[in-house]
Amino acid sequence: MTGKNTKTQEEIVHDLRTRVKLEEYGVENTQSTDYPGTYEHYDDSWDFEKFKKNFKIDIKSYSADKMEMEFDMIGIDASIANSFRRILLAEVPTMAIEKVLIYNNTSVIQDEILAHRLGLIPLKAGPSKFKFKLNPEGDNNEDDTLEYELKVKCKMPKNGNKEDRKSFIDSKVLSSHIKWNPIGNQAEQFKEEDVCPVLGDILVAKMNPGQELDLKLLAVKGIGKDHAKFSPVATAYYRLLTEIVLKTDFYDEQAEKLKSCFSPGVIKIVEDKKKEGRTKAVVDNPRLDTCSRQVYMFDEFKGLVEINKIRDHFLFSIESTGAVTCENLMKESINILMMKTQNLLNEINSKKN
Amino acid sequence: MNSMNKIEIAQDGSTDDYSKTFTINNEDHTLANALRYMIMKNPNVVFCGYTIPHPSEIKVNFKIQTNKKVTALEVLEKGLVDLQEVCKHVLHTYETAVQQFQSQQMEA
Repeated sequence: MTGKNTKTQEEIVHDLRTRVKLEEYGVENTQSTDYPGTYEHYDDSWDFEKFKKNFKIDIKSYSADKMEMEFDMIGIDASIANSFRRILLAEVPTMAIEKVLIYNNTSVIQDEILAHRLGLIPLKAGPSKFKFKLNPEGDNNEDDTLEYELKVKCKMPKNGNKEDRKSFIDSKVLSSHIKWNPIGNQAEQFKEEDVCPVLGDILVAKMNPGQELDLKLLAVKGIGKDHAKFSPVATAYYRLLTEIVLKTDFYDEQAEKLKSCFSPGVIKIVEDKKKEGRTKAVVDNPRLDTCSRQVYMFDEFKGLVEINKIRDHFLFSIESTGAVTCENLMKESINILMMKTQNLLNEINSKKN
Repeated sequence: MNSMNKIEIAQDGSTDDYSKTFTINNEDHTLANALRYMIMKNPNVVFCGYTIPHPSEIKVNFKIQTNKKVTALEVLEKGLVDLQEVCKHVLHTYETAVQQFQSQQMEA
């Protein structure tokens, strides 16, 4: 062992505070410990200015259709980053079909399954333009309900062949068959393309000639906590940035072997400038790492390669279902957490008086 | 839901203002864990923790114990204010980052 493999006391404490360790047999040091009183030489009491100085957000990618976004959130504790994630999944509202009035359903798919499937179809309608329907039994108002109609009958074409399913007319009931019926002043407020399903090619049911569907659909505003169909995201997750520490240099075949222990692109092989004709392994892009601990399978790497996660570096990824753009989703999520604190503060203050 | 208070003081046997258990109704880990972190960052806090007594009851029992320099309620209030400040700053930073990214995309 060379000198740089032994850590000083300060380095050990620094690692303890800022790194989650991926060891051979488990994940160590997972909890945040940066509280006042835990460490002797650190002032861990809350300091907003310090937080402002360290906190960074960096947008990595944002698709042109505004459906997917990746960004880094650096310098915040997991408890707060996790709140944003949880709110994205369960508390940002969207519109979804809540009631299905079935006038006729002669297809093979049962009423309740059909209703459930319809509920899961994402709608483009902007949730901010609607109110929550407080009384589920109450009248349907223009500001809390959207009404749609799904009326399809499957027909056999003239001189059609019974065996040729593809020739049947409207055999596949798609989300594009759903037609919007404006209530009240909705016709002035919205266009059909503002409130229709996000995708027109979602298969709802399959029918044979003679079978038909005649349904009235009622969509309301809701949150994912109540039912997953109201969740505005397909996925919203974060992971921690990996840090791979090579404590010594690895050359030639050993470098190739090290490279093969990680996902493609994580380790790269370069010419060693100091040693002519030899190649050396260096860490290239740790963002691509998938936490494989294959490297610990080989005795030659044991103790010489360290895999860590940076505790306050979150790689967020949000995929919208289409009702709300990714940038608005995240803004909403932050606003909702802010509102939660405001509500509690209001109540505490009102009790004081 | 509406008639119920959002926050109540639970009977936990404490007799002073420095150690209190608050019951926060209609909240879960989303708020409680973030708030717990902010409160534990306060040097006057000796203990802070929360529990959700039963998964089908949407409430959080939130315990705070201080070093008797400030009351538990003051600590809770400071925690909420701090958390709100953090949110404001995160929102501002996020909006700037998105704007910056979009103007970069326009140039490219």
